[in-house]
Amino acid sequence: MNAREEVLRRVREALGGSRGTRPPVPRGYARRLSEAEAATRADVLALFTERVADYRAAVRHVGADELGTAVAAALWGREAKQIVVPADLPFGWLAELDGVRALADTPAVDIDTLAAADGAVTGCAVAIAQTGTVVLDGGPAQGRRALTLVPGYHLCVVRADQIVGTVPEAVARLDPARPLTWISGPSVTHGIEMTRVEGAHGPVHLEVLVVED
Amino acid sequence: MTGPAPGGPVPPPMPKFAAAARPALADTGLRRTLRGATATLRERTAAAAAETADWEDLREAGRAVGEGALLGLDTHLEELERAVTEAGGTVHWAVDAADARRVVTGLVRETGATEVVKSASLATREIGLNDALAGMGVTVRDTALADMAVQFAGDEPSHLLSAAAHRDRAQIGELFRREMPAAGPDPAGDPEDLAAAARAHLRERFLRAQVAITGANFLVAETGTVVVVESEGNARMCLTLPETLICVAGIDKVVPAWDDMEVFLQLLPRSSTGDRMTPYVSSWTGVTPGDGPRAFHLVLLDNGRTRALADEIGRAALRCIGCSACLNVCPVYERTGGQPYGPVHPGPIGAILTPQLRGVESAAVASLPYASTLCGACADVCPVKIDIPDVLVHLRGAVVESRRRRPVPTPEMALMRGLAWTMADPRRHETALRRGVRWARLLSRGGRIRRLPGLLGMWTEARDLPAPPAESFRAWWNRTRR
Repeated sequence: MNAREEVLRRVREALGGSRGTRPPVPRGYARRLSEAEAATRADVLALFTERVADYRAAVRHVGADELGTAVAAALWGREAKQIVVPADLPFGWLAELDGVRALADTPAVDIDTLAAADGAVTGCAVAIAQTGTVVLDGGPAQGRRALTLVPGYHLCVVRADQIVGTVPEAVARLDPARPLTWISGPSVTHGIEMTRVEGAHGPVHLEVLVVED
Repeated sequence: MTGPAPGGPVPPPMPKFAAAARPALADTGLRRTLRGATATLRERTAAAAAETADWEDLREAGRAVGEGALLGLDTHLEELERAVTEAGGTVHWAVDAADARRVVTGLVRETGATEVVKSASLATREIGLNDALAGMGVTVRDTALADMAVQFAGDEPSHLLSAAAHRDRAQIGELFRREMPAAGPDPAGDPEDLAAAARAHLRERFLRAQVAITGANFLVAETGTVVVVESEGNARMCLTLPETLICVAGIDKVVPAWDDMEVFLQLLPRSSTGDRMTPYVSSWTGVTPGDGPRAFHLVLLDNGRTRALADEIGRAALRCIGCSACLNVCPVYERTGGQPYGPVHPGPIGAILTPQLRGVESAAVASLPYASTLCGACADVCPVKIDIPDVLVHLRGAVVESRRRRPVPTPEMALMRGLAWTMADPRRHETALRRGVRWARLLSRGGRIRRLPGLLGMWTEARDLPAPPAESFRAWWNRTRR
C-alpha cells in the first residue's frame, strides 16, 4: 500500500462512524462594517487611512488629477533614482517623474536589477479598511510578486472604489486561483524578545496613496 | 543514502518536564525575558480581541469550521490533492517522519541544489529535515530571524511566534556577531540593527536560492490554495524567488473552503501578535506562469496526526491554528519557557499535541499532560476554542491506563493500589488512619510537615503539609455521637 492510500485509510479508520458529519457552522460574525465604525463611504476611507497609519506606513489622499505629482513627490522624498514598475502601470501615474528612471518589468527585469532598484510602484486588487491592508493579485498594474518584495520601498496606489470594509468582503472579492499577497504595513520581526521591530526581509517602507474621485 | 538511518536520527532521551524545567526556573535572566515578552503579547492580543465586537462569533465559527475540516478530512485531502494537481503542483504523501524525509531529500536531490532556504515550519522540525539534508551535503538556511538564532546556537525553539523567545537581545547579538561577522550588527545589540543584519546576511542567499522549503498555515481543500501568514517577508522570499518550492504541512492544516479564510484571517493575527492583520499573508494555487516558482511540491504529513484524530476528545488539538495565545497566558509556560516541553510543540498546546502525536510510552512525553495547573486560561483565549484543560485531564487518564498493564507497577500505581486495598475495609482504614496520624504528628514541627519520607517526599518538595489534628473526624464522631 502506498503512502497516500495508507494515510487516507488511517484517516477513515480514525473517524469511524463520525466520518463525513458536518457540524453546523454558525456564521454570526460581521460581514460588513457596523454603522458605528463607518456610517458613510467617507468614513470607510477615513478608517482605511487611520488603520494603514497605525502600522507606521505613510498614507495620503490625492485627487485623480494630482496622482502623477503625488507619485513623483513620494519618490523624490525617498531619493529614488531607479524604480521598477509592472509593464501595465497606467502611464499617467509616472507622467510627472523627473530624474527617476522607471524600468517596466517587460521583459522581466533580472534579479540583480530588481535588488538594486530603489523602489516599486504598483496598484492593488482590493484594500481592507478595518485591517489597513492592501491585497495584490498580480492583476492590472500589479505585476509579479517579486516586484513588491525585493526592493526596499513599495509605493501602492489604491483607488477609493477598491477599498472594502472587512476581511469577509475582501475574501469574497478575491480569486484564490491567483497568487495573492496581503500587505499590512512594512516588514516586521518579532524574533527579538517578541517585540515588534520594523525592517526585516520584505520592504522596509510602505507608502499608500488613496486616489479619490 | 548517507545520513540518517531509515528509522531516522535517534533523539537523545528527553528528560521529564519537571526535571527539564529546573534549569529554566533557576535562570532569572530567562524568566525576566519571558515575563516581559509574554506580558506584552497578552496585553496586545487582549486589546485586539476587545476591539473586535464579533470576537466570540468568530471564535465559534473557527471552532465549527475546524471540527468540520477534521470530520471530513479524507474527502478534503482528496479534494485538495485534485485541486493542487490541476493547478500544476505535485502532491506527495508521508505516513511518518522517515517517509517525509525521504520525499523531501529526494526532491532536493533532483534539483541538484547544495543549499536551500527555509521559512519557519514546525512540520520540518518535527521530521528532522535539517539533519537529513545536511547528511546529503545540502546546507539549510533557516530564514526567520529567531530561527537563525536558534540554528546558530544549536537550540530548540521555545515559542511559536519566536523560536528564540528564551534569548534576550544581547545573546542574539552575540550569536549574530559570531556567525555572520560580515553582516556585522552593532555591538550594542539594538533590535533594529539586528534585524538589518539578518536582512543583509540572507539577502544574497534569497536572491540566488534555487530551492525553498516552507510550511503552511492553511491548505484550502476546495481550491488547492496554500496560505502562509508571516511578518518578516522571509517566507515571501522563499515562496516567490526560487525555481522550486517544497511545502511540508501536516494533514491537520486543511480547511474546507476559501470562504473559511475570512474567519481564520481575523482570528490568527489578533491571537498571535495582537495585530489586526499580520504584515504578510501569501497564498498560491499550484504554479503561476511568469510569477514565482516553476515547480511546486506539497508534502502532506501524517506522522501521528491520525492517531490523534482517532481520539474523540484529543482530536480537538488538531484544530490548532498555531497562534501561540495559549503560551502567553500560561502560568507554567511563563516560568519555564518552551524547552522543557520537548523539541517541537511548546506550551499548553504542545502538552496536548505531543503526547498524541508520539504516544505516551516514554516517561518524558507522559509527563507533559501534568505540566499544567489546569487553570483554564488557555481555553479562554484559544481562538478556535480548544478546551486544553479538558484534553489534559483526558490524557492524564490515558497515561495512567497505559501504565496499568505494565508487569512492574509505577510507584504511584503501587501506592494507589495499596490505598485502594486499605480503604476498601472500614477497620483497615481506621487502623491506617490512626497510625498515619501518629506518624505524621511525630514528623511535624509547628503544625507543619516540611518533609515526608521516601517517595512521598516529592509531594513536600515544593510545599508544606499541614499536620493532621490529633483526633480525626471519624474518631470524634464515634466519641460524641455514639
